[in-house]
Amino acid sequence: MADTVTLKGQAAHAAASRLTPGPQGKKPRPMFSPRNIMVYGALIFAAAYYLLPLYVMVVTSLKGMPEIRLGNIFSPPLEITFEPWVKAWSSACTGLNCDGLSRGFWNSVRITIPSTIVSIAIASVNGYALANWRFKGADLFFTILIVGAFIPYQVMIYPIVIVLREMGLYGSLTGLIIVHTIFGMPILTLLFRNYFTSLPEELFKAARVDGAGFWTIYFKIMLPMSLPIFVVAMILQVTGIWNDFLFGVVFTRPEYYPMTVQLNNIVNSVQGVKEYNVNMAATILTGAVPLIVYFVSGRLFVRGIAAGAVKG
Amino acid sequence: MTGQANAGRPNQLLRNLHSKIASIPMILTAVVIFLGGTLWTVFYSFTNSKLLPRLSFVGLDQYERLWAAPRWLISIQNLAIYGVFSLIFSLVIGFLLAALMDQKIRFENAFRTIFLYPFALSFIVTGLVWQWILNPEFGVQSVVRSLGWSSFTFDPLYNSNIVIYGILIAALWQGTGLVMCLMLAGLRGIDEDIWKAARVDGIPMWKTYVLIIIPMMRAVFITTLVIIASGIVRVYDLVVAQTSGGPGISSEVPAKYVYDYMFQAQNLGQGFAASTMMLITVAIIIVPWAYLEFGGRKRG
Amino acid sequence: MKLRLLAAALAATVVLPFGIANAADLEVTHWWTSGGEAAAVAELAKAFDATGNKWVDGAIAGSGGTARPIMVSRITGGDPMGATQFNHGRQAEELVQSGLMRDLTDIATKESWKDIVKPSSLLDSCTIDGKIYCAPVNIHSWQWLWLSNAAFKTAGVDVPKNWDEFVAAAPALEKAGIVPLAVGGQPWQSAGAFDVLMVAIAGKDVFNKVFGDKDEEAAAGPEIAKVFKAADDARKMSKGSNVQDWNQATNLVITGKAGGQIMGDWAQGEFQLAGQKAGTDYTCLPGLGVNEIISTGGDAFYFPLLKDEEKSKAQEVLASTLLNPATQVAFNLKKGSLPVRGDVDLAAANDCMKKGLEILAKGNVIQGTDQLLSADSQKQKEDLFSEFFASSMTPEDAQKRFAEIIASAD
Repeated sequence: MADTVTLKGQAAHAAASRLTPGPQGKKPRPMFSPRNIMVYGALIFAAAYYLLPLYVMVVTSLKGMPEIRLGNIFSPPLEITFEPWVKAWSSACTGLNCDGLSRGFWNSVRITIPSTIVSIAIASVNGYALANWRFKGADLFFTILIVGAFIPYQVMIYPIVIVLREMGLYGSLTGLIIVHTIFGMPILTLLFRNYFTSLPEELFKAARVDGAGFWTIYFKIMLPMSLPIFVVAMILQVTGIWNDFLFGVVFTRPEYYPMTVQLNNIVNSVQGVKEYNVNMAATILTGAVPLIVYFVSGRLFVRGIAAGAVKG
Repeated sequence: MTGQANAGRPNQLLRNLHSKIASIPMILTAVVIFLGGTLWTVFYSFTNSKLLPRLSFVGLDQYERLWAAPRWLISIQNLAIYGVFSLIFSLVIGFLLAALMDQKIRFENAFRTIFLYPFALSFIVTGLVWQWILNPEFGVQSVVRSLGWSSFTFDPLYNSNIVIYGILIAALWQGTGLVMCLMLAGLRGIDEDIWKAARVDGIPMWKTYVLIIIPMMRAVFITTLVIIASGIVRVYDLVVAQTSGGPGISSEVPAKYVYDYMFQAQNLGQGFAASTMMLITVAIIIVPWAYLEFGGRKRG
Repeated sequence: MKLRLLAAALAATVVLPFGIANAADLEVTHWWTSGGEAAAVAELAKAFDATGNKWVDGAIAGSGGTARPIMVSRITGGDPMGATQFNHGRQAEELVQSGLMRDLTDIATKESWKDIVKPSSLLDSCTIDGKIYCAPVNIHSWQWLWLSNAAFKTAGVDVPKNWDEFVAAAPALEKAGIVPLAVGGQPWQSAGAFDVLMVAIAGKDVFNKVFGDKDEEAAAGPEIAKVFKAADDARKMSKGSNVQDWNQATNLVITGKAGGQIMGDWAQGEFQLAGQKAGTDYTCLPGLGVNEIISTGGDAFYFPLLKDEEKSKAQEVLASTLLNPATQVAFNLKKGSLPVRGDVDLAAANDCMKKGLEILAKGNVIQGTDQLLSADSQKQKEDLFSEFFASSMTPEDAQKRFAEIIASAD
C-alpha cells in the first residue's frame, strides 16, 4: 500500500511543480526588442504607482514636523530623523497611556498565531471533506458559507456578541479566535476545496482501495502534498487577522487590544497638530509583520494560489 | 482497516459519518452564524429596537424610513459606482499585469512583490496613505502646482462629485496585486501546447488571450470574482479611514450606514433594516449562481 | 463540537482569572484623547489613584462615535468595564432600563448630590424612575464663537463682537487668504454649529419649542428660516476648511489660518495648551455675542453593574471622587468646562470661563440637544447638516427636511 501511495504522491508532486513560475523552456529574446521595451515600460510604470505610497510613507516618517509643513511629500528628507519611529513605537499617547504601539505588538502576536492555526486547521478539513467525502447537503452548507463571505462584518456584530455572551466567551481571547475562524472560513474553505479537488483522483482511490479512512488519508496523503495551499492560507490569515481592527476592539477587552487599535488611537488622537511623521512610522511598524511574511513567502504564494484557484 | 479493504469500499454510513463529524464546525458556522444571524437580523428589522433588541413590531416602518433617507440612497449609488468600476478595473488591470508578467520577463520576483505588497497592508493604512497623497495642501496637487502649473486641481477627497473615485484609486492600489497573482496563476496553469498551436495557426496574441486563454481560466475568474465582489459589498474601513463618508455624506456606503445607525444612532431596527436590504441584494445575485457553481456538480 | 465548546469555555476561565490581580483596579473607558482632554483626564486619574485604587485608562480615540459602540458592546456582551463616560443625557437610557447599570442612589443621598449639583437638570438627566445612575463631571456648553485676534489683524478689521459683525468681516478675511469660519468634517460639528446658531438667532423659546416639544410647525416656521439663512452664511464662510477633527479646526484658529470657529467650550483646552491667552490672543463670544445663553450638556460617568465586590466598592469611591470639589476644580480648569457644583472656587479660571460661570449664575441656560433628543434623531440631524454644509442644498430644502426630522423625533 505504502508503495503505491508514494509513487502516486511523487507523480502529483511532479504535476504540481509544473506550475512553478519561471522560464519554461523558451529561448530568451534580445533585451531591447520593441516588444520588450513595451513590456518592461508598462511594468515599470505600474511598479512606480504601487511603490509611490510606500516611498511617501518611508520618506515622511523620516522627516521632522517643520520640514513636512514646508516641503512637498515626495521630496527626500533633508535631515533624517528616527524620532518619529521611536515615538510611534514607545511613547505616542492615547489618553493616559503613553507607550505607543509597543503594548499592542505582543497582543497581536497572541491573537494572530492561534487564530491562524485554528482557522486553517478547520478550513482545510472542511475543504477536504467537500472535495473528497461529500455527503448529502454538503453543497448547501458550502453555498451558505460562500454567501456568508459577502455579509458585511458590521451586520454580524450584534448576533455574535449574543452568541459569545451565551457561550460565556465574550471578551476572551478564545472568543476572538472563534470569530476569526468563522470569518476566515468561507474563502479558505473555497481555496482548500479547490486545491484538494485538483489533486489526481487516482491517488485518493488507491488509498481507499488500500483501506485508508478519512483521517488517515488526510494526514498521510493530503497534508504532505498541500504545502503551497497552506502557505497561501497562512498568508491570507496572518494578513487579515493582523490587520483586523473591528473584531479586536469589539470582542475583547483592553488587555488584549491588538496593535491596530493603538494605531487607530495614535492616528486619531490629534494632540495639537497632526503628526504625520509619527502616523506614517506607526503605519509602517504596524504593517511590518504581514509585509515580512509576504516578502519571505511571496514565491510560494503564487504557486499555492495556482493550485488553489485554477482548478475548481 | 484490512477488513474494510476486503469489503471493497467502506460502508456508506461510516464514510459519511467521518466527513460529517469533520464538517461540524463548518455546518455550525453556516447554520448558526451566517444563516441564524441573518434570520435574526431580518426578524428584528421589523421591530423598533433601539439600543437593545426588543420585540415590539412596527411592520415595514423601518424600511419606509430607510428608502426615504437621502443618505441611504447616496450610499447605494456610491456602492454601485464603486462596485462596477472596482470590478472592471481590478479584473482588467490584474489581467494585464499578469499577462505582462507571463512574458518570461526578468526580475519577475521583484515585480510580483511590488504589485502584491499593498495587499499586506490594512485598509486603515491604505486609507491613511492615500488621504495624505491626495491632500490638496501637501500631496499631488501642491506638488504639481509648485512645478509651475498653478491652476492644477486634483482634490478628489474634498470634492463631493468625485470623492468616490478617490476611494477607488486607493482600493485598486490595495487589491489589484492579489488579482494579478490569481490571474498569473491561471495563466501558468495553461498548457504550453495551446500557445504553440495558436502560434502555428497564426492567431494573433491578443486574440489568443481573448478567445482561447480567458475562457480556459473560468475557475480563476470565479475565485477572483468571489474575492473582489465580497470585498466590494463589505467596503467600510477604507471609507472611514480616507473620508469618514465626507465631504458631507457624499462618500457614504451601505455598510457604514448599517454600523452608524446600529451603534451611533442606537437604532438597531433601522440598522437591521439596512442590513436586510444588503443581504437580500447579495442573496438575489449570489445564491442562484453559487448553487449552480458549487452545488450539484461532480467532483473535478 | 458541543464538547469542544465546553472545553473552550473551561479553558477560557482558566486562562482568564477574574481580570487583573489587584481587585481595586478599575478600568475606565472614555474618548478624551485630544491634548487638552488627556491633560484633564489625568487629573481624574490622579485623584482616584490617591484613594489607593488604580485607574486603568481605557481611552478609545476617534470621538464618541467610534467609542460608544465598543462601550455598549462590552456592557451588553457581559464583560463590562468599571466605569465609562457617556454624554449627559439619553445615550445610556436603555442600558439602565435593562438593568445593566448600577444604581448610585445610595451614595448620591449620602453625599447629598441633590443639593450640590447645579443646575439640577444635570442630575435629572441621570435619574431614571427616581434612581440616580450617573455621576456628572462637567458642564459643557456649545454656544461659543472662538475668534483669532491675529487673523483679524492680518485682514485689517476689528475683532467682531457678534455674529453679524463676523459675517460682515468675512470678505476681508477671505481677501487676506484666511478661511473665515473653520468647520471640521465630522458630522456632529456642523449639526452642533446649527444648534448654536438657532439659540443665538431664534432665541431660547424657539429652541425649546423645536427640540423640547418637537414642534414641527415651529421647525418649519419663519424663525427657523432665519436660522437656515445664517447657516447658509456659515456654509459659505467655511469653504476651504478641509479638516476633519474639531481640534484641527481649532488649530486653524489658533494659528490664525481661520478667523473663527463655532465650537463648544472644550475648544478652550486647546487654546490653553497652545499657550494662548483669552482676550489678547483669542476672543470668545458666548451665544455668538447675540444671545448670551449656554446649554448645560456635558459628560457623566456611568457604572456598569459588576459582580466583583471589591470593584463595586471602588466604583463608589470613584463616583465620590468625581464630584469632590478639588477634583472638580482641577479637572475642569484643564478641560475648559464648568464644574457641576456651584460651591467650588474657580479663581484660577480665565476670562472665558468666568463669562460662562456668570451666565450660569444668572440662570440663562438651556438643556443640551443630547439631553432633549434621542441618539437616533441626533444622527439624522447630523446626516442632514453634514450634507448641507458640503453641498449646495438650498436653505429651504434643508428646512423642509429638518422639519420632517423634528416631526418624527423622539
